[in-house]
Amino acid sequence: MTAALRVVTPGLMTTLQDLGRPGYQRLGVPVSGALDQVSFRAANLLVGNGQGVGALEIAYQGPTLSVEADSVRIAVAGGRAPIDVLAPNSAGSGRRIAPWESARLLRGEVLSIGALSGSAVAYLAVEGGFAIAPKLGSQSTLTRAAIGGFEGRALKAADVLPLRQAAAAERDEVILPSFDLAPPKRVRIVLGPQDDHFTPAALRTLLASTYSVSRASDRMGMRLEGPPLEHSHKGYDIVSDGIALGSIQVPGNGLPIILLADRQTTGGYCKVATVISADIPSLGRLTPGARIAFAAVGIETAEAAARQLASDIAAMAASISPVRRPFLIDAKRLMAENLVSGVVNARGGGDA
Amino acid sequence: MAPPRFLPAGDTALVVEFGDRVDRGLSARVLALAQKLEAAQLAGVVEAVPTFRSLMVHYDPLQTSQRDLQRAIAPLLQGLEAAEIAGRRWRIPACYDASLGLDLADVARRTGLDPAQVVERHSQTSQLVYMMGFLPGLPYLGGLPGEFALARRENPRVKVPKGSVAVAMSMSVVYPQESPGGWHILARTPVPLWDMRKGPPALLAAGDQVTFLPLSLREYELMLAKAAADALVLTPEGHHP
Repeated sequence: MTAALRVVTPGLMTTLQDLGRPGYQRLGVPVSGALDQVSFRAANLLVGNGQGVGALEIAYQGPTLSVEADSVRIAVAGGRAPIDVLAPNSAGSGRRIAPWESARLLRGEVLSIGALSGSAVAYLAVEGGFAIAPKLGSQSTLTRAAIGGFEGRALKAADVLPLRQAAAAERDEVILPSFDLAPPKRVRIVLGPQDDHFTPAALRTLLASTYSVSRASDRMGMRLEGPPLEHSHKGYDIVSDGIALGSIQVPGNGLPIILLADRQTTGGYCKVATVISADIPSLGRLTPGARIAFAAVGIETAEAAARQLASDIAAMAASISPVRRPFLIDAKRLMAENLVSGVVNARGGGDA
Repeated sequence: MAPPRFLPAGDTALVVEFGDRVDRGLSARVLALAQKLEAAQLAGVVEAVPTFRSLMVHYDPLQTSQRDLQRAIAPLLQGLEAAEIAGRRWRIPACYDASLGLDLADVARRTGLDPAQVVERHSQTSQLVYMMGFLPGLPYLGGLPGEFALARRENPRVKVPKGSVAVAMSMSVVYPQESPGGWHILARTPVPLWDMRKGPPALLAAGDQVTFLPLSLREYELMLAKAAADALVLTPEGHHP
């Protein structure tokens, strides 16, 4: 019997993602991949995977999945959500597990992830990963072109996601101190490549204003609402050129759009600036209505920030530690169980 | 010719810009640099994406820096004018019947030509694949005569059928799959332009030359059935130069 997770309810927009599909942009293939690659890596680290193994990206509202494997180790990192494990056939009351912590689930148990808070996305990683063939070198889902992931689309009820590993490895569960997911006070940008298509006043507006994230944002681009940017006499149309991760394109209405994981490879609107790579994961976490302001930095600063983020991720990987359950301080339970058994255990330990 | 400019696109991409027009000379230099860059195998370069007038070099800031990359690319800019871009020559069958070429009559009206002239001029002009973009496998073809310098449609279609051949701004695109789109649809090809089972999955590549072979509706339907049975294989007619 193959090991799998069965989708009971899919959540709002749950897709399989990894670190993306670079190498095919010259054929028009977007890179895709996890929006918040810090939380994505954390989820993988918690279940003992390599950092780039495909995991489920959950947006806003999590899925409910039933375990069709002897056991499976999972972890959820990113936005916080109520994560409940219901026993088979709803027997018993179930248990609640914590994000940023690994957990082992057994056959028939049902994992239910609720509404996210603190971030627009969270990642559900499984030990060993999903047994889904990569397309063009990646498991990432690009729904627009139906490439990769599970049948090229977001999950639906009754989908069966095969697991590479039939059962969870025997080991202790681990925990990560939650990474600081707070958005930066100012998102750092490098001006260009077409900042010369804007008036000096428009560049001042961009750096001095606060924008808010529009509801019309998706994995392709984050649309911003706020003061429009005025184009110079050169206008907003350019002869199409390449688009980078974080490119801020400004169409005729003057409102910036930050291009994210599923961005098109080329485009014909001018791009005033590019968000630096170190600040991209925090953008992926922003929910509609979130406020966002920008600060211009030089390219050396941006590259140094990329190295800093890599070293922060390495430090995070090194900070994984076994879960230690705090002693319960409920007085009644202390009297009923812990006090007595604790004495016995202490003695037993000494005799062994 | 003006020397190319280096422009930053954040800390993961560097733009090498040769100009701001759609122009075969500019495009030849972009494609020549793309070929030299690929051969050079520079450390930290993830991939390079040629467009009409610039090359976007995507890089990993943990492995290189924009400063080092500019130093490494500068010597590659020598002698690009003389480079000849090798490409394949294709003749792509397409049906211009009004049931598939949804805007043929409208384009005829806008260009002042009759529909047969539109078909003749569009199909017989050798068009260059300047770049691929927008969708996986979608080519931007340039070189149509001036009558085809049309603005995009005022009301873009929500769904352009797969295989549609469409024009605007003296260029053509072919939609490899159903997609929204604002160009004027002249024809439809039964040939798949994108097949994930193939390596590379895109039929066309920047630098290729394309003409179209007009099909009757019946020929189109037969070829479409062959394509559905995986029995339609289009091979290039040759190479250029």
